[in-house]
Amino acid sequence: MKMTGAQILCESLVKEGVEVIFGYPGGAVLPLYDTIPHYPQLRHILVRHEQGAAHAADGYARATGKVGVCLATSGPGATNLVTGIANAYLDSSPMVAITGQVARPFIGKDAFQEIDITGITLPITKNNYLALDVASLAGIVKEAFYLARSGRPGPVLIDIPRDVFVDQAEFHYPARVDLPGYKPTFEGHPAQIKKAAKLIDEAERPLIIAGRGVVISEGYAELKQLAEKAQIPVITTLLGIGCFPESHVLSFGMLGMHGMAYANMAVNDADLIIAIGMRFDDRATAKVSAFAPHAKIIHIDIDPAEIGKNVRVDVPIVGDVKVVLKALNKLVTSAEHVDWVKCLDSWRQEHPSTEIRDSQGLLPQFVIRQIYEVTKGEAIIVTGVGQNQMWAAQHYWYNKPNSLISAGGLGTMGFELPAAMGVKVGRPDDIVWCVAGDGGFQMTIQELATIVQEKVAVKIAILNNGYLGMVRQWQELFYGKRYVATPLTCPDFVKIGEAYYLPALRVTRKEEVVPAIEQAMEHNGPFIIDFMVEPEENVYPMVPPGAAIAEILEAPKKEVTAWPRRSTP
Amino acid sequence: MATTKHTLVALVEDKPGVLNRMASLFRRRGFNIESIAVGHSELPHLSRMTIVVDGAGTMVEQVRKQLDKIVDVIKVSDITGDNIITRELALIKVKATSATRSEIIEIVDVFRANIVDVAADSVTIEVTGDGEKLNSLLRLLRGFGIKEISRTGQIAMARGGPGSPSVKGGFPRKQGRGEEG
Ligand SMILES: Cc1ncc(C[n+]2csc(CCOP(=O)(O)OP(=O)(O)O)c2C)c(N)n1
Ligand SMILES: [Mg+2]
Repeated sequence: MKMTGAQILCESLVKEGVEVIFGYPGGAVLPLYDTIPHYPQLRHILVRHEQGAAHAADGYARATGKVGVCLATSGPGATNLVTGIANAYLDSSPMVAITGQVARPFIGKDAFQEIDITGITLPITKNNYLALDVASLAGIVKEAFYLARSGRPGPVLIDIPRDVFVDQAEFHYPARVDLPGYKPTFEGHPAQIKKAAKLIDEAERPLIIAGRGVVISEGYAELKQLAEKAQIPVITTLLGIGCFPESHVLSFGMLGMHGMAYANMAVNDADLIIAIGMRFDDRATAKVSAFAPHAKIIHIDIDPAEIGKNVRVDVPIVGDVKVVLKALNKLVTSAEHVDWVKCLDSWRQEHPSTEIRDSQGLLPQFVIRQIYEVTKGEAIIVTGVGQNQMWAAQHYWYNKPNSLISAGGLGTMGFELPAAMGVKVGRPDDIVWCVAGDGGFQMTIQELATIVQEKVAVKIAILNNGYLGMVRQWQELFYGKRYVATPLTCPDFVKIGEAYYLPALRVTRKEEVVPAIEQAMEHNGPFIIDFMVEPEENVYPMVPPGAAIAEILEAPKKEVTAWPRRSTP
Repeated sequence: MATTKHTLVALVEDKPGVLNRMASLFRRRGFNIESIAVGHSELPHLSRMTIVVDGAGTMVEQVRKQLDKIVDVIKVSDITGDNIITRELALIKVKATSATRSEIIEIVDVFRANIVDVAADSVTIEVTGDGEKLNSLLRLLRGFGIKEISRTGQIAMARGGPGSPSVKGGFPRKQGRGEEG
């Protein structure tokens, strides 16, 4: 039986197990929108800006491990997706973005709302397609989903001309893809794994740095087994948070620019780094030439191009984290590194990076810790970018796999609300807290309307410091306190809540924090709390830009005028 | 000098956007590309591409891996070394008068090049060889006045046995567990 392109697309999405599409209509996709209601399996969520659709699909994808789908019309609809696609690309999030295009006879004529979106998204997609023939559409969708979720996941874009939605073809969903140029490696090379095991056996001060690759491959149990078997301390990247329970005795927090002092000191002192599913981002390594000066490095990653890109590697292993760790665990001998673990413990005692100081004022760190307490660590936290992001990473304790969702690679302000919406849609039974900055929140604030219309029960904590706080912090520390273009006049977020028909509270004092969080939790639906936090609070520890990972600024004890630079043993 | 140059050979699908993706990658990662030459390969729907990279400012292995990541790129090999054949073709239009024409012809003969067009005030020369040979010829012709040069960029192939992506033993496949059903 012949079907229209729009039907073929919907049939294909159903075959791929898609349950939700975040989208926004327009002329070029009207034939598709007219078809979607005939597929009740496909829930369409109307966002208020296409960037929100992309972030929501991204959040959904990260939370579920399934491919997130967003949809936009041609021209401005497509370009509005771009930030969200780039964000998904940098954080290896599986996504299929579908855009309408002008009808084929108009392509290349600068027609109304024509834009070369495949050209624009070339460097931020794993692959993209312009579907010029309805007969090829099903195959393209099959390939797109396969590429998006396999290997190192990432976004794939399909651009579909308006008339291809209307054209007809027989629908056959291909059973397999034929991509001779794309064969991700899953099994690590046995000789390399053997070498790695030997290095691990010989190491005196081994350290695991676990990244998002552990989450993507769901190699949680294997990671735990490796750490426990050889008694190796584990630190994580920002996006690796939650892949290893932070309450575990071998867990030593996050490394990097705002990582825990003891985690960074461990990097500096280790004689072996086992980097698992991470890519040595400069925010994690600090000055790369001074990274792990005493360590040999084992690097496990599914993307061969990540190996040796930023740091020298002694034993590269290309493969799926879970599969590689399984093999590695068999070869590694049980060991103890009592002195090394003790040493890290003592650093943790001396440099308690997650301690919250006493203060009369409302500290953002305190707010995060209370969200942890009230939710008993069971929530999924979705953050904005900036100070709020770092405080959320530092002061909530993540024991549940994949419970922190954050825009790491692109650092996209405005990610928080739409992404949290996508997370909650994907995991409706989980508690989802969106930790927002007052700046970032205003970048995609319009999605409040979406969560109300679609009854998405996201709880929103705005850390309202009246500043583009992270930028202000840099101005304070490195630009002589000249606060240029960082003070914010914010709207009344409680009234904003009211205007969007959702309950909202303002919290100005410490005592109000817990009751407010409890009230938000009890409310059956989305809820906003506007926390009026200390305006000039800074994020510590901090490795200043350009400094080595062990050159750590810690929170000043009282009044400190010159920042002492300390290096580690 | 020539030692910093690397020759990569890529087998790629004839699909729209492949060249675009490769070019975009070179630009964005700051890879220093000397020349690119593309044409059909012995396999239907596949092209073979020769890329010459200046290894001085570029991490060649990164170039190779990043290219290999492109879905429509089947395989990329670095075939740098002695055991390769490299060729380039150039068309050179040189000013020629009745007084200089015979001298030009002499040079062309020495280089085993061909004159493919003669006009009242110029001759057009076709020359094939490695880059060095082309450059020497150009140096000699410069004195006569060069009006136009068009070069194809280098193509390359490993001598004899394996070296460049070949089809021996079936279709070239990247390492892996195979595709899902
Ligand atoms: C889209 C975008 N624009 C600019 C930046 C640069 N930037 C990084 S953090 C930050 C401040 C964020 O302010 P806010 O959302 O209030 O969070 P805070 O740091 O105050 O917690 C800015 C402007 C960015 N990351 N993303
Ligand atoms: Mg702020």
